[in-house]
Amino acid sequence: MVHVSAAPVLALRGVSKRFGAVQALTDVELEIHSGEVVALVGDNGAGKSTLVKTIAGVHPIDDGVIEWEGKPVSISKPHDAQNLGIATVYQDLALCDNIDVVGNLFLGRELKRRGVLDEVEMERRARELLTTLSIRIPSVRIPIASLSGGQRQTVAIARSMLGEPKLVILDEPTAALGVEQTAQVLDLVERLRERGHAVILISHNMADVKAVADKVAVLRLGRNNGVFNVKDTSQEEIISAITGATDNAVTRRAARTGEAGK
Amino acid sequence: MSTEHHTSAEEVAQLANPSAPADAIPAVDPRLLVREQGLSGYLSEFGRKMRAGDLGSVPVVIGLIVICGIFQGLNANFLSPENLTNIAITMVATGMMAVGIIFVLLLGEIDLSVGSVSGVSGALFAVMAVTHGVNQWVAILAAVAAGALIGAIHGFFFARIGAPAFAVTLSGLLFWSGAMLQILGSNGTINIDPDGPVGQLTTYFFTDVAAGYGLAAVAVVGYFLASFFDNRRREAAGIPSRPVSEIALRTGLLALFTFGPAAVFNQYKGLPLAVVLFVLVLVGTDFILRRTSFGRSIFALGGSVEASRRAGINVTGIRITVFAIAGTFAAIGGLFWASKIAAANQSAGAGDLLMNVIAAAVIGGTSLFGGRGRTWNALLGVMVITSIQYGLALQGIATPIQYMITGAVLLATVVIDSVTRKTQKTAGRA
Repeated sequence: MVHVSAAPVLALRGVSKRFGAVQALTDVELEIHSGEVVALVGDNGAGKSTLVKTIAGVHPIDDGVIEWEGKPVSISKPHDAQNLGIATVYQDLALCDNIDVVGNLFLGRELKRRGVLDEVEMERRARELLTTLSIRIPSVRIPIASLSGGQRQTVAIARSMLGEPKLVILDEPTAALGVEQTAQVLDLVERLRERGHAVILISHNMADVKAVADKVAVLRLGRNNGVFNVKDTSQEEIISAITGATDNAVTRRAARTGEAGK
Repeated sequence: MSTEHHTSAEEVAQLANPSAPADAIPAVDPRLLVREQGLSGYLSEFGRKMRAGDLGSVPVVIGLIVICGIFQGLNANFLSPENLTNIAITMVATGMMAVGIIFVLLLGEIDLSVGSVSGVSGALFAVMAVTHGVNQWVAILAAVAAGALIGAIHGFFFARIGAPAFAVTLSGLLFWSGAMLQILGSNGTINIDPDGPVGQLTTYFFTDVAAGYGLAAVAVVGYFLASFFDNRRREAAGIPSRPVSEIALRTGLLALFTFGPAAVFNQYKGLPLAVVLFVLVLVGTDFILRRTSFGRSIFALGGSVEASRRAGINVTGIRITVFAIAGTFAAIGGLFWASKIAAANQSAGAGDLLMNVIAAAVIGGTSLFGGRGRTWNALLGVMVITSIQYGLALQGIATPIQYMITGAVLLATVVIDSVTRKTQKTAGRA
């Protein structure tokens, strides 16, 4: 299901980022093609969030090159990233509880007709968008407060889709969700891929990663620690890349239960 | 943990055919307890909203009916056209200030300075127009502009410097009442020209019977046409629209609440100018809040500041503007107050005025927690507050007791607001 195009949508070449005495990222390489879901994994403090923020323009990079569709670009503020076609959905939802779904989808970029909010057109476009993404919510005219966590997350993702971005970055989209809600969000991630968007998915949950990602890029202490094809990599291999050792609690347990099973 | 990834038959169909027709999802989700068409559905929806803590204006309307019932029982003059007209005119000063404070409350903030600012405005007008003989219209403009500027200053300290709005406006409360005394100087009281524009604010009546009914007719027909054409557009766009019976019901209720008061006013001196101006302000501000990006941004800030910032809303700008609006309406309220007592004096903006303004906004249904409310709330709230004051005055009940009753009413309202919020949270609507 991976439609690999000629040039990657986004490529990071030797990206480094320093915060004072901390070298957060060192020579990081990353490539994402359109129609591809790349999971970005790593332990706490591995630099996942920093990497995403450099792409989103929150923290400009110190060294290295960011290539967009094969051409080097400079991303120094969030606006630059948005103009390129990069949409970021952050972990804490950026939605207003008291405003309805339509209002939230168009917050900050309301459609107007003779200077007045065009509620009819916004509602029509909102329904259209949610339908194409197969997002099911009871009504587009109920406040966000009435929705479940998973529905809110899908609305937040749908909101990022309004500008037809080429690359969508999802920061721990399933972190606070239940089983059914996680499934909803993962379905949505697959639909983004089918529509030809490139997706960077940050996750701590190996099951999620195995379910939807095509490639897994592992960060460890701010450096690349391998890029794996999900299809032919075991969960243990990924975990050992994350922790930097094959000898850890998980592999030990796996080995033990494996022996016991014999 | 296993991967939760089940694919329903429908989704398989969707995957096989990505360009599935747009109506693949029914217009209405079966989980939504959607209102059945027609009037019976309207009533069941109403009942469900009540139980979910979405009380809306219902407690206030009931409260208002009870208050009127009690005072009418105590004094047969309470519901006379003359007394009702007086209540309607008196409430405008407080009501205008309440409109301003509703903007601030929607942000989830508070402005404690509106009483003092209204005093400054009245004093400024009187000193300019009466003592210095400035053209009255110029003086009015200057007074209102001063209110806007004062509000913007409060907004600057809150939004740009980051001081709590409560503390900034509490300082303003004292500062501006001092400023008012300074402006009035040794005169103490300055009588204003009763035939000037400010003097006429509360004394002018459209005596022609046609004025009141005409305005009511314009409102009803305008509302009906607006709803009708909005519905037509919604139908054309293929999104849910209101049933005709609901539009008819709403229009009927509006007719009742416009022609009724018009008839009452016409039995006394006619339609008061003050009431017309108040209604125009309510319609205008309601339009701004619900139909413009600016209004939407105010609600967004009341919901989540961080989400608003990420959506690209100019948080600082909106906050300063909102406080400037509160200052502007405080100044306008101050002019109505000066008109009512035909003077600017040292006690203007003092006493229970601030409490009444906040009470009017909150009683009407504006939440102290931000993000919920409409400027029409000011009308209902101020009707309750002013009715209580007039009723108590008619009974000859003294100021101390009036203060205590107003305080108790405000507390009761805040309690209702907090309980409503809790109920709404459990019902998933806040």
